[in-house]
Amino acid sequence: MDLGDKISVLCGKTSYEGILMPSRSDNTVIKLKNGYNVGLRADKIELLEKGQSVSLPQKALHKREGLPQVSILSTGGTIASKVDYRTGAVTSQFSAGEIISAIPELEEIASYNARVIYTILSENMRAEYWIELARAVAAEIRSGSQGVIVTHGTDTMTYTAAALSFMIRTPVPIVMVGSQRSSDRPSSDAAMNAICAATVAVSDIAEVSLVMHAGTSDDYCSIHRGTRVRKMHTSRRDAFQSVNRQPIGRVDYLSRKIQTFGSYRRRGQTDLELSDRLEPRCALVKYVPGASSAILDYYVDAGYRGIVLEGTGLGHVSSEWIPSIKRAADAGIPVVVTSQCLRGRICDRVYDTGRYMLAAGAVEGRDMLPEVALVKMMWALGNTSGREEALEVMSRSMAGEISDSTPATV
Amino acid sequence: MTDREESGLDYRAIGLVSGIEIHQQLDSASKLFCGCPTVLREVGDSNLEFFRYLRPSRSELGEIDRAALEETLVSRKFIYKSYDTTCLVEADEEPPSVLNPEAVEIALIIARLLHMQIVDEVHTMRKTVIDGSNTSGFQRTAYVGSHGHVETSQGEVGIDILCLEEEAARIIDDRDDELVFSLDRLGIPLVEIGTAPDIVSPAHAREVAQILGMMLRSTGRVKRGLGTIRQDVNVSVAGGARVEVKGVQALNLIDRIVELEALRQVNLLKIRDQLKERGAQASDEPVDVTDIFRKSASRVIQGALKKEGVVLAARLRGFAGLIGQEVQPGRRLGTELSDRARRAGVGGIFHSDELPAYGITDEDLALVRDRLHASDEDGFIMVAAPGDRASKALLAALERAREALVGVPEETRRALPDGASEYMRPLPGSARMYPETDVPPVLVTGEMLERLKLPELFTDRAARFQEEHGLNPELARVMAASPNFQLFEELVKRYDLPAAVVVRTLETTPQELAHDGVPVGNLTDDHFSACLALLSQGKLAKEGIPEVLKVLAASPEMEAAAAAEQAGLAGVDRSQVETVVKSIVAQKEKLVRDRQERAIGPLMGLVMKELRGRADGALVSETLRREIQKLLQG
Ligand SMILES: [Zn+2]
Repeated sequence: MDLGDKISVLCGKTSYEGILMPSRSDNTVIKLKNGYNVGLRADKIELLEKGQSVSLPQKALHKREGLPQVSILSTGGTIASKVDYRTGAVTSQFSAGEIISAIPELEEIASYNARVIYTILSENMRAEYWIELARAVAAEIRSGSQGVIVTHGTDTMTYTAAALSFMIRTPVPIVMVGSQRSSDRPSSDAAMNAICAATVAVSDIAEVSLVMHAGTSDDYCSIHRGTRVRKMHTSRRDAFQSVNRQPIGRVDYLSRKIQTFGSYRRRGQTDLELSDRLEPRCALVKYVPGASSAILDYYVDAGYRGIVLEGTGLGHVSSEWIPSIKRAADAGIPVVVTSQCLRGRICDRVYDTGRYMLAAGAVEGRDMLPEVALVKMMWALGNTSGREEALEVMSRSMAGEISDSTPATV
Repeated sequence: MTDREESGLDYRAIGLVSGIEIHQQLDSASKLFCGCPTVLREVGDSNLEFFRYLRPSRSELGEIDRAALEETLVSRKFIYKSYDTTCLVEADEEPPSVLNPEAVEIALIIARLLHMQIVDEVHTMRKTVIDGSNTSGFQRTAYVGSHGHVETSQGEVGIDILCLEEEAARIIDDRDDELVFSLDRLGIPLVEIGTAPDIVSPAHAREVAQILGMMLRSTGRVKRGLGTIRQDVNVSVAGGARVEVKGVQALNLIDRIVELEALRQVNLLKIRDQLKERGAQASDEPVDVTDIFRKSASRVIQGALKKEGVVLAARLRGFAGLIGQEVQPGRRLGTELSDRARRAGVGGIFHSDELPAYGITDEDLALVRDRLHASDEDGFIMVAAPGDRASKALLAALERAREALVGVPEETRRALPDGASEYMRPLPGSARMYPETDVPPVLVTGEMLERLKLPELFTDRAARFQEEHGLNPELARVMAASPNFQLFEELVKRYDLPAAVVVRTLETTPQELAHDGVPVGNLTDDHFSACLALLSQGKLAKEGIPEVLKVLAASPEMEAAAAAEQAGLAGVDRSQVETVVKSIVAQKEKLVRDRQERAIGPLMGLVMKELRGRADGALVSETLRREIQKLLQG
């Protein structure tokens, strides 16, 4: 008997009829005629009728005249997920084409080329996928795309956004988008996020941005800079927040009007540049009270090429760690300090410990987010030769990830 | 019921088939999928408001449900009110937690009382609901059991299904394109119980609802009060169709609703037969007749035209006279057409059987008839509204007219206060159900079922109270259905007092006091017990109990004896009664000698006044009788 077959199940004197569904226990799970699934300890099962496979009707993409050309690259994640009929679980398998057919408003904004780059859960993302994605994005831009939308699982979306920010100098908008409520449910945020992302993709904002719900209401989405955004909630729609800087702007869902809050790179302001080398052997090390300096030594001994420390407060680790920092620096490994406070700027010149850390060779990560500093470290080491050059890159703003002044309003 | 116009239907002859569905909120400590309390709030206490839109999604089988699809005809904004007693789960901002074990337990107890077969694994499903009443766009519901039954005067009625579900959000405002919901109610657990279509008459429907309600309340673990129980009624007659009438809040309306739905179907079938005979049709396209009404005196039409609206009309061939035919008291076929149009966002339609009226003149009508090529046998319908909505509305009304040619449409209707009903939406198909993947299935083990404590039913308990304690049927019924029934049994056993006195102390008296504004909510089991202790020790008369309870309700920390003292009721024992009685009898010797035994009446009043109700009436009258005898014989 196969999933989808119509069967009858006898339990004691009671008999049930329904469609065989996947089960996670020893019980037989069937979908009754009234739509309910039930699990039964079956005494006897009988096949009534073989099931037929159902395929979702998929709308062909039709291109409208006179609308800008936008590429949708799908990488998996909740925005591209649906209930799997076989396992009953939410899985990533909506193709970009299916997203468009589920959200008809998208076709009022642009005409689309849709490509599936890979279908993975975002927690399985890794540096080599970022490289592959950056190349795919660049290829779309080269072949005339006026904007690129990347659909992504939300868990690690900000890492990918940072990676693309450093790897591509873009003349057109590159927009990351995802959803916090799966797109198979009526309340999903996928549609609004996607519509707002498409709106940004055809706008003048030629930055790597991340467009997601700004609040819990379906009113507008924030346009976050790819190097300034962090997932700050496990489940809320407005989990993504810009840190230490205002978002680039926001998009009103119904009017599709964009309001910007500061400067940004305009469409066509630069030529496309791709620097797609990353050094994946970099680590982000979080210091906690009492943590042994052996942790830092481990990375040095294991052959890591760059280390970002996530220190306490203004950027501190225990003074016992200072020799290990010196040891890393002496081994040619750049060590950059960020803060677990996330908000605010590193200042290792206020207390003795900080001064000793700097003397040992650590460098302040300024107002960079720890994860962004990590991705930047990979990129800096991939595109420079040696510690000094990499550290020079690390302390300079390359994609809006560092600023010299923090507005009092953020 | 006598003032109602009875339909006089022979239900067996018309082939009435009916079943009811009961939705009962459970009195669990927390909601079905989160830790929030199951309390309703004042809307003014809301601390956050947000809004969403919903869109239908395809189910696992690739279909969009037809009820869900119709809902998207109207794209509305849903505003939600949140409280400090609701959380991210109600706001659809956090995945649900596991199915609340307490709610599962209550559902299993109810399934057991109804003799149901319980499934071995309870799976939570998502039932698509995109009218905004669920923030997620679906209601979570789980199938618990089937194949049950209850005994009724007409024999066994099958119980086909028991589901454990989450309650929807409470609608608090309908602004047409914006609906406002309160999240306090969303997620309160409820059981849905559906009977088999075994109900044979309106009175039987009411009886079944009463029995089920009694069984639910017998658990002592369901919510009480307005809005905590709702009944839906399914009705069809031979040749008609299954129609679900939703949202019956009052039990005593159920028979009327079944009766009026049966009547409606019978009448619609009669209309269908006449339409067939006439060769009627409803296949015409809407025609724009705006120009005819440019200068019309009709306020409705002028209002619509001012908003750049149009007037559309469509001929209904052979419908003349039948559109105005009554299907339920005060509701015509035309009302049913209008209901459908209203769903498409207009105020209603005009139909030829009600015109001329509303400022539309005979002259206008002649022009419209001319434009539509409508003869005297033909009817027509007309709508005035902004273009897009007008055409959607008229098409929806035409669709309903075509259904009249076939008979009774299957649909979900909303109960109206008089027992009639109005169109709500098509009957939902089974496609609207798909698994709630965030909630793991619950295994129902034999051990779990054995541990369940089944309650004694109110009816059984009342019979027992009559037999064991000699209560009359009324007091037995009151005490059996009271949450205090255990306290009653305890107190009757502890103090040697008549059971009726205990019932009055626990039930009748507090109710009367509450009526007078006494805060009886402050009274605890200990207060009642202490009161009855004083009574059994002869330190308080039963006439003094209301006064003592009143004092205790106002000062709950006080001892009962002190309360009796404060009420001026304490410390009157047998010897004091005798003293007072002797002195009164002595004072009124003349009266006693004149009236003999009959003097007891007026003297009783004097003694009680002197004692200020501090003594037991029986003791006073017994003492009086003895002293009067003594005087007369002495
Ligand atoms: Zn909650």
